Amino acid sequence: MQEFVDGLIASGALPAGMPTWLLYAAAMLVFGSLVIFVFALLVAGVTSWIERRVWGRMQSRVGPNRVGPQGALQWLADGIKNLLKEDIIPTAADSKLFRLAPYVVVAGFAASFVVVPFASKWIIADLNIGILYLTAVTALVVIGILMAGWASNNKWSLLGGIRSAAQIVSYEIPAGLSLFPAVLLAGTLSMQGIIREQGWAPWDWYAFHNPFAFVAFVIFFVSALAEGNRTPFDLPEAETELVAGFMTEYSGMRSLMFFLAEWGNLYVIGAVVTTLYLGGWQIPHVTDSVILTQVLQLGVFFLKAYFWVFVAMWVRATLPRVRVDQLMVVCWKYLVPIAFINLAGTAVTMVVLHEVPVLALPLRLGITAVALAIVVAFFRRVRYQLRRARPELYLSPVI
Amino acid sequence: MTPGAYFNNIREAVTTVFEGMSVTFSHLVRKPYTVQYPDRMPIRVQDTLPVRYRGRLHVDIEICTGCLACQRACPIECIAIDAAKDPKTKGITVTRYDIDLAKCMYCGLCSEPCPTGAIHHTSEFEGACYAIEGLIAHFVKEPFTAYKRKKEGETDPGIKELLDRGLRYIGEFAKPAAPEAKGPSERAGETE
Repeated sequence: MQEFVDGLIASGALPAGMPTWLLYAAAMLVFGSLVIFVFALLVAGVTSWIERRVWGRMQSRVGPNRVGPQGALQWLADGIKNLLKEDIIPTAADSKLFRLAPYVVVAGFAASFVVVPFASKWIIADLNIGILYLTAVTALVVIGILMAGWASNNKWSLLGGIRSAAQIVSYEIPAGLSLFPAVLLAGTLSMQGIIREQGWAPWDWYAFHNPFAFVAFVIFFVSALAEGNRTPFDLPEAETELVAGFMTEYSGMRSLMFFLAEWGNLYVIGAVVTTLYLGGWQIPHVTDSVILTQVLQLGVFFLKAYFWVFVAMWVRATLPRVRVDQLMVVCWKYLVPIAFINLAGTAVTMVVLHEVPVLALPLRLGITAVALAIVVAFFRRVRYQLRRARPELYLSPVI
Repeated sequence: MTPGAYFNNIREAVTTVFEGMSVTFSHLVRKPYTVQYPDRMPIRVQDTLPVRYRGRLHVDIEICTGCLACQRACPIECIAIDAAKDPKTKGITVTRYDIDLAKCMYCGLCSEPCPTGAIHHTSEFEGACYAIEGLIAHFVKEPFTAYKRKKEGETDPGIKELLDRGLRYIGEFAKPAAPEAKGPSERAGETE
């Protein structure tokens, strides 16, 4: 970002007399709005359609396939429908807070895009405290959800809001602790810095650096699902108990904003997992062209991040919702202690590897091989399921 | 909680999630059960229905005798026929034959007494329309003289075709099947 503006000033495209901080701020605003209004909205919308299709196929259904080619414009139709709907504010609700809450939630989600990297030169602001900033602004979402829950003056909403607060506050701890192994390994909090310390090959990724980092990566993904209110931790909006939780009373555009934040957050979760543990945009050197390299990096990063969005959909189609007490047990009795062990274990491993550097590569290759073995075992299991059920196969996504 | 139980819980969580994820992933490549009615069917649903299916009523007005048997048989009076004897030609002039399909309960009682099988059920069941008046089927376009069965048999090929179909309809469906008409063994347990 900063380099880009500096380049513009040097080439004379911008008037030289202007204060540079003003130019930086203006450029940041322009790029920020572009990323949020073009990229984030599109990703959130398309994700809603893809989720419904993937979910449908996993339940032997078809999913929406009528609006546009294969239903690809379904999200647009739903969005327009919601925009045109009446915006109902209950009489007994605290109208100011009620109207403000969706904006707070969306602000928390949009602010996280500031530090989400796209390619080695494409990021809105490469803050030196990037990952810390991200944890801080995502906590804004819980304030919005609490506001929505309280201001609705509805028992379901209140229960949903309170549950959400308890859940997000609890899961911040394992999530935060599981960030640290990557931060320790990279020695920086900056998102781009963490990616630069990794390599393009899987054994250069932090997830496969040592066994503790691998477990930390899994725990981070689980906690991030809980923080994003995704199944199996979607207690704040548990349909079977709480109607729609904190958004029970919302209609039209305001309810759409909650959904936008939910689906957009999925991509942010994927992007953070990719950044911290899966090598981010790192690609082997293929071309000298700067633009082409950036585009390839963007593609690699997006695929990696979107794979985790797919995994979140997949988990949602698989696992039942946990009970409230189980939610807390999973967090405090299992994830938090293991996250602490991971933190200490990573530190110890770093010291050991510093003393005996010969071990580093075999360890990485070994963990990568184990991960590969897990994937192979998984697909063998899938093949077993298919052989046992002898279903009619249909491999095409088009139906 | 003993340490053994603690680690057992972790092991169980990991293995059961692993197993569950493999089941759902295998469903991703299975054929959906959804039948994409109505526009993405290999054949029309109407063509797959059994022959005795009681869909929308249809009247072959060319072979209607104007006897009013169907109107009398209808328990909810959804059939309205205006027929009068023409003193000059000694025939029956039918000026109206309307069936209100919105009222019709598809009992089939009207098709049983019909002497020529003119009124019969089709396999058509898609009756949606924008106004309830649209469900009233008008079968008489202009007044006509009702059909009279000839002793020597029908000669007009068009009408003969309709009549054959109508009589077959009565013979096969409208009258209760005779016991010997049933199949020998597989229908033995069926009660009529």
